[in-house]
Amino acid sequence: MHDYVGGKADWAVHGLPLEGRTAGRRRAIDVARKDVRTCGPRERLGDVRERVRTAGHEMCIVVNEREIVLGRLRRKEWDGDPEAAVEDVMELGPPTERPDPFLHEVDERLRKVGSLLLTWYGSEEDGGRLVGVLFREDVERVLAENERLPGGSGLSA
Amino acid sequence: MPARITREDVQRMTADGAVLIDTLPEGEYAEEHIAGAVNIPVKKLDRQATAHLAKDAPLIVYCYDAD
Repeated sequence: MHDYVGGKADWAVHGLPLEGRTAGRRRAIDVARKDVRTCGPRERLGDVRERVRTAGHEMCIVVNEREIVLGRLRRKEWDGDPEAAVEDVMELGPPTERPDPFLHEVDERLRKVGSLLLTWYGSEEDGGRLVGVLFREDVERVLAENERLPGGSGLSA
Repeated sequence: MPARITREDVQRMTADGAVLIDTLPEGEYAEEHIAGAVNIPVKKLDRQATAHLAKDAPLIVYCYDAD
């Protein structure tokens, strides 16, 4: 006997096939943006700001070498001293969420915080590894699209 | 004690004929389960419950997550 310790959640988070009456309902990870910018805590703020803005982004997630989330840089933090280390100006404790909840389960929280960093522990990791960022506008768009479908019941989202 | 395996192990082993067993309650299985899995809720999981499965095939159990 073998034990797949990650279970159904691990399988779903990695986009692998599921079957059943409600299979196909979209989860947070399905709508999250994966092309987020990251930086290390000891980088110079000015360097990171230049890199992130050149790429057309406004947010940067601070991670360690194992992609464990340490903090976040957003508009407010960008105004800091460009010589400062990221770890001295970053927002500590940004809101995080698992990547496997269905969209309707995170909608209310997103209305309050605007965006959620999705982190996944998996079965071997010892911390929350960044797998994407979920934005309120993306979730609301998908939920609204689903409602417009014939017989829209939220099931597919 | 079952051997702990990863997602990659599951993919490889099921491709080679292993049987995947969803140990969640029947209702949860009916809603959603890993493609190809059979359902034997954990409370019913014993030698008798698995007797009808392929005799020589490795068995893999899973539930919702690692918690």
